[in-house]
Parts: sequence; structure tokens; C-alpha cells
Amino acid sequence: MKIRAQMGMVMNLDKCIGCHTCSVTCKNVWTNRRGTEYVWFNNVETKPGRGFPVDYEDQSKWNGGWKLDRRGRLKLKAGGPLHKLANIFSNPDLPELDDYYDPWTYDYDKLISSPSSDHQPVARPKSQVTGQDLDITWGPNWEDDLAGSVENAAFDPNFKQIQEEVKQGFEETFMVYLPRICEHCINPSCVASCPSGAMYKREEDGIVLVDQDACRSWRFCVSGCPYKKVYFNWHTGKAEKCNFCFPRIEAGMPTICSETCVGRLRHLGVVLIDTDRVEAAASVKDEQDLLDAQLDLMLDPDDPEVREQARRDGIPDDWLDAASNSPVYAMAKKWKIALPLHPEYRTLPMVWYVPPLSPMESVGKALIRDGDDDDAENIFAAIDEMRIPMEYLASILAAGDVAPVRASLERLVAMRRYMRDINLGNEVRPEIASEAGMEPHELEAMYRMVAIADYDDRYVIPKRHGEVSGDAFVEQGSCGIDFANGAPVPGVGDMTGVNAPDPFAAGVFGAARDGHAPENGALAVEEPDPDFDVRDLLSRHGGESDVEGKRGENA
Amino acid sequence: MSLLATSIPATAAYVVLPYAALAIGITGLIWRRRTDQFGWTARSTELLEGKILRFASVIFHVGVLMAIGGHVLGILIPQSWTEAVGISDEAYHILAVFGGVSAGIAVLIGFIALMYRRFSNPRVRVTTTDMDLVIFALLAVGIVTGLAATFINIPDTVHYRESVAPYFRQIFIFQPDPSLMTDDGVATIFQVHVIAVWFLYAAWPFSRLVHAFTVPVSYPFRSPIIYRPRNPRAAGAKAKRYGGGKPDYQPSIPATNPGDTDGN
Repeated sequence: MKIRAQMGMVMNLDKCIGCHTCSVTCKNVWTNRRGTEYVWFNNVETKPGRGFPVDYEDQSKWNGGWKLDRRGRLKLKAGGPLHKLANIFSNPDLPELDDYYDPWTYDYDKLISSPSSDHQPVARPKSQVTGQDLDITWGPNWEDDLAGSVENAAFDPNFKQIQEEVKQGFEETFMVYLPRICEHCINPSCVASCPSGAMYKREEDGIVLVDQDACRSWRFCVSGCPYKKVYFNWHTGKAEKCNFCFPRIEAGMPTICSETCVGRLRHLGVVLIDTDRVEAAASVKDEQDLLDAQLDLMLDPDDPEVREQARRDGIPDDWLDAASNSPVYAMAKKWKIALPLHPEYRTLPMVWYVPPLSPMESVGKALIRDGDDDDAENIFAAIDEMRIPMEYLASILAAGDVAPVRASLERLVAMRRYMRDINLGNEVRPEIASEAGMEPHELEAMYRMVAIADYDDRYVIPKRHGEVSGDAFVEQGSCGIDFANGAPVPGVGDMTGVNAPDPFAAGVFGAARDGHAPENGALAVEEPDPDFDVRDLLSRHGGESDVEGKRGENA
Repeated sequence: MSLLATSIPATAAYVVLPYAALAIGITGLIWRRRTDQFGWTARSTELLEGKILRFASVIFHVGVLMAIGGHVLGILIPQSWTEAVGISDEAYHILAVFGGVSAGIAVLIGFIALMYRRFSNPRVRVTTTDMDLVIFALLAVGIVTGLAATFINIPDTVHYRESVAPYFRQIFIFQPDPSLMTDDGVATIFQVHVIAVWFLYAAWPFSRLVHAFTVPVSYPFRSPIIYRPRNPRAAGAKAKRYGGGKPDYQPSIPATNPGDTDGN
């Protein structure tokens, strides 16, 4: 047994309102640079839908993830190292930019700089790659709230395994938001796909990263990831991906997507993984056994033997305590209400989801409402009449197996009914818990976790250890991006123009300075006024002498 | 013939230029490798355009690999060696012409298609740097002169294995005889090809061509899943200078994952 700590995340889909705050804050922190305009480390999809990039779940098209060969051995679905070397001049499985979208901005400057005329000026969309005019035909969030689902939703690969009757019931529209980040898999196919060995899992926390200095632009990680969460920075020619906000995690802070989540639906924690059994777990024959195999890898942090071995393997004590209090371990393994995203890819993903119970109202029958369904037999009957077909959820979260989805939903229903009696001062009914295969105190703990969702319960993040990972003080102020247009190292990347100024912006800037209207329109930005002083604005009503006085004081 | 007896232009073109190019090329590669791991990349544009690339890149690269193999056989390996293993001069020439023409045409077609793609596709065009343009120009000269030289020599009039090839090998024992290149037998196109390619070698380290020196040959032999400590130095692993390091980094603790058959 070789134990490593692994960071994980659980998202409670019941609480996602599809506001995209996670995506926007992530984008502002990590991918607002040239070359990454189209990149969303975090995105929120509306399911059913084709997703981002389009049809990414259809592995018959992209060949992402792993498969078992005829002898039952685990192989990369797209082909092994020799196959990759043979295809290194052109990767047949690589998505193109239009499979994501052509990123754009608007020619906002036109709105204020165009001369007086009879017509309103129009801010045209401009490609952020070429600067040229653009007809917008697809975007990162094109299917928000089922937009265009009449045309697109039928392509959703998750329908493939579902019986015809569910498809036919599509008029009874349902939807679910699916926020997605990198899964930081225990068995990452992107890492195995990288010819340069530039991708790796961190020994300390299992976060999957790309070594920007070792990446050689072979781009097999992009196609190797079945979730399409490794992106290609077309400006630097390097792969980039969600890094689990590791500079924040190391400081004990939640990822930016979690921190800013309006619905407070993200939970972060550590699980202890037996890495000796990873290959065996990923190689179980039946796809529907992968969930149990992965749960089996997650060791009980309160087991003295496990703790002893973990200490021998160099895991610090406060990390073991964090594992004991881990919301991820509790929701995935103890209560079994969280499920992995597409376990059939055999990557053993570590971002799990609590399936959505809402909308509660099924075809005419209330789940929770008091009434004639008080007998325990009947409590869960309404789950089968949920608006979201359980088969659909199962094809996303359980390789098509309805049983774990149903078990999770039953426990969520049991929790609501049990807590409802407590809140209303009714007689407490412990049999509700036992009916769902749980103890009453477990339902109460679950309630605290998913309903109260206190900050300290959601995020149990042990800090980086200096004696294990080096002194963090020297890295103070760094942001994790020390390349290209992050904070360039002098001389680095100069030769191939990687650090060259953004030609699009440069042209526009230059034109604006020269007093001409920019030929390609967009993004004319004024040079900062060297005499500008923000205090002039603050003391606008204070009179000239006041401003001078303040400047004098501060000088 | 002593060096002093040759003309100054010949000395410049066939003695000074090769050593200057090799010095710049080799020290440039070492310097770049030590200081610019981040820039050491193929800078693929397949994300931006994949359909033309699918055939053009493959034809170009396979052609280039064939051409490199042909140069090794024709220039690096002495005529006496091939004769020693029983390949007659006539047999060698037939092989060289067929191999050279097919490789050269493949390279030319691939190169033209790639250039068309680069300058007609606005997305690919914006990724083109000034250094790319220099390299494309040098490659164009090298490819056209190389293919032309192959065609001109179809009647086997230029016995380059007795002139150009020995001269090239002499460079590496520091005794180049430029008169071998200026002999009447060496067609001008051969001279232009040789000179142009020295410029290409000199520019090599400062361009995207560095990706040729990071062919991931160790990939089939490594563990599929790689673990790395947060900070290799602090974790007591082999010290790794920041920004450098082997691309095929091996984990300090053996990975324990699929395909790792040595029982770790």
C-alpha cells in the first residue's frame, strides 16, 4: 500500500443556478491572456446539450480517455506511444478552434469615436484571434438554458444509451446545469498521452499540471483528455489547463471558482488514495464497476493502520486530520451522494457531483409535501417520476447504471423529509434514515454539509508544508504564471516571438496614438495620462486649493 | 592544395562560413536550451487549421526525414564504404536519384502547401513571427536548390561523392579543402545549396526549428503516469535548475500506475 493525498471537489448540482460566476472569475484570474481567449478552465454547460467543446463527450469521435484491449489491459483509447509518435506531425483527434468557438470582442470604440451621422454607430464583433470582422455562429455558452436545444440537444451523446421512451418524452423539457473544471484524475489520460512527459500529478496533492518549460507543443494531451479540459494556447504553442488554483490551495484557500460560487455548491477536500491499486481499479472489466473500484481506492482516514502507513509515506498529520474532515470523502464514500463525471472513461476523475433532485415537482406528484404518501414505502416512489430522467443522469454520472443515482437521490429525499420533521417540531422519524440505509446522525451531518454548507465545512484545505515542498516565502507575490504574458522572465521565449507584443493590440494601439481610426476597428485604448491622479476625481467638489493641499500632504 | 592558395571568396564561402555557422548553431543551441526552455517548442498551429495540415505536414516531414537519410548516405558515408558492402556506383546512383527525387518532391509539395496554408489562413498568419519568415526563406532556397541539384545530376555528371562529400567530412576533422567545392565538376547549384544551408544551420537555434532536437524518443519507455514533487529540490530529488530539466522527467518516487510493469 502506497498512500498519497489527493485534492478533490464535489459540486452539488441541486444548488447550481447557472450564473456562470465561477467561469467569469476563473477567466479573469487565469485565461484573460492572448492565446487563451477561447479557453475556459471552468465552464457551465446546460444539459442536455452538446457541451464545450462541441460533442466532447462523444469518444467515438475524439478518442479521449482509456479503454481495455482484448486481453483486458488498460490502453489509451487513441493509441499508445508508438501510435502517437507515428502521428506526431498531425494529431487526427485534435479539436479545431471552431469546435470551441472563435473568441470575439466588440468594436466598442466605434460607439464613442465615430463622427456624427444619421445612424447609430454599431459595435461589430471582432475575432480576438485575427482582429477581423466575425459572424458569431457558436460560443462557449451557446446552449445556455437549452437555447437551440431543438437543433442541438438530440446530438447529446448521453441520450445514446437511453431508451426510446425517454427520448420521446423530450417535450416534457428538463435541464440541469453542469459546471466543469479539470477532473484532476487519479489515472489521467492526458498525462499518459504527453510525449514529452511535461504533464504530471503532484506528489503532495494529486493536482495535474503542465510543465510550461517542458511542453513541446505535441498536443496529444488535448485530445487525450476525454473531458477536453486541456487547452492549447495558440499564441505560446503550449498546453494549459485548470491548475486547481494551486497557489491558493497551497495557502489553504479554496479555488477561485469555489470561493466565488454564488450557490455555495462546491466542496473541497483531501482524500487518501492507495496508489498501488490504481491500475487495477481503472482496469475493472465492467464500466459500471468503476465507481465502486474508485471508492475502494479512497482509504478511511480514521483507520489507524491507514494513518500509520500514510505517515510512513510522508503525509503530514494535519493533512491526515484534513482527510478525516474531508467533505469530498464524506459525500463520495461515507454518504455516497456524490458521483464521478463519466467514470466509463477510466480516468478515475476527482471532481464529483451530487445529482440534482430538483425540480421537485414530478408529473403531478409532490416529493416532500405532506399528504397521503406518509408511509415509508411511498417516500421514494416519486423519485421515479422526477422530471429529469434518472437514466439521463446515470449516463453522465454512473456509466449508465441507475442504481447509484437512485441511491443518492433517495438519501437526499430522506434527508429533506427527516429534517423537515425536526424543523416543524413534528415527531422525529428515525425510520426515514434507516429506509435510506443511513443513521439519523448521518442525515443530520449531511444536512449541515449540503444545506447549511458552512464555509469551514465546505473547504477543508490543508496548507503546503515547507519541509515537504520548500519555502513558500520566496514565491510570495507570484501568481503561478511565470511565462509569456503572465510575468515574463527576461529573455525567455523571445526567439520564437512567444513574448512578442500582441500584434492585434499593437496595431490598434499604434493607430490610435497616431490619431487614425484603427483599420481593423476594435480595442482602441488610450495611453494613460501621466498627469492623471485619482485624487482629482475624489476631490472634484473640493475646489482647486483643496486638491493642491491634499497633494502637498501626501507628497 | 594549401588553404592560402585558394581564392578569398572560396575560403569565405567554404571555410569561414561553415565554421561560423557551426559555431553559431551549436553554441546557439546550447545557449537556447539553457535559457529558453519555454520557447523550445514546435508551436503547432493545428488548433487553428487542421485540414491542410493533415496531409501537408505529414508529406513535408516524411520528405524531410527521407532527405536527411539520403544526405547521411550520400555525404557522410564515404564511397569506399558503400562499395565495400557491395553497392556499385551505378546501383548507388539509381537509389540516390529515385530516393532524392521522391523525397525532394514530397518536401517541395508539403512546403508549398504549408506556405499556402500559413499565408491564406488569417488565424495561422497571425501566429507567424519575423523569425519564421527568415526560416521559410532559407528553407525555400535550400529545398529548391537541393531538388534542382538532384535533377541536374540525373545523368550522374557531378561526382559529388568525390568532391562535395569529402569536403563536408573534412570540415569535421578541421582540414577542409575548398578547392573540392570550386572544382569545375561541381555544378553551381550544388554550391548554392551548400552555402544556403549553412545559413539555415546558423539560424536554426533562434527559430522554431529547435523542435527537431526534442523528438520524444523516450516516450514509449516511460511510465504512463508521472508524479512530481512540488519542489524537486526541497523534496531531495535530483536538483533541477528552474526552467531547465529533461523533458522526459522521471519521478523521484517510481510511479505506480498503468503500464508500469516493473512492480513498483
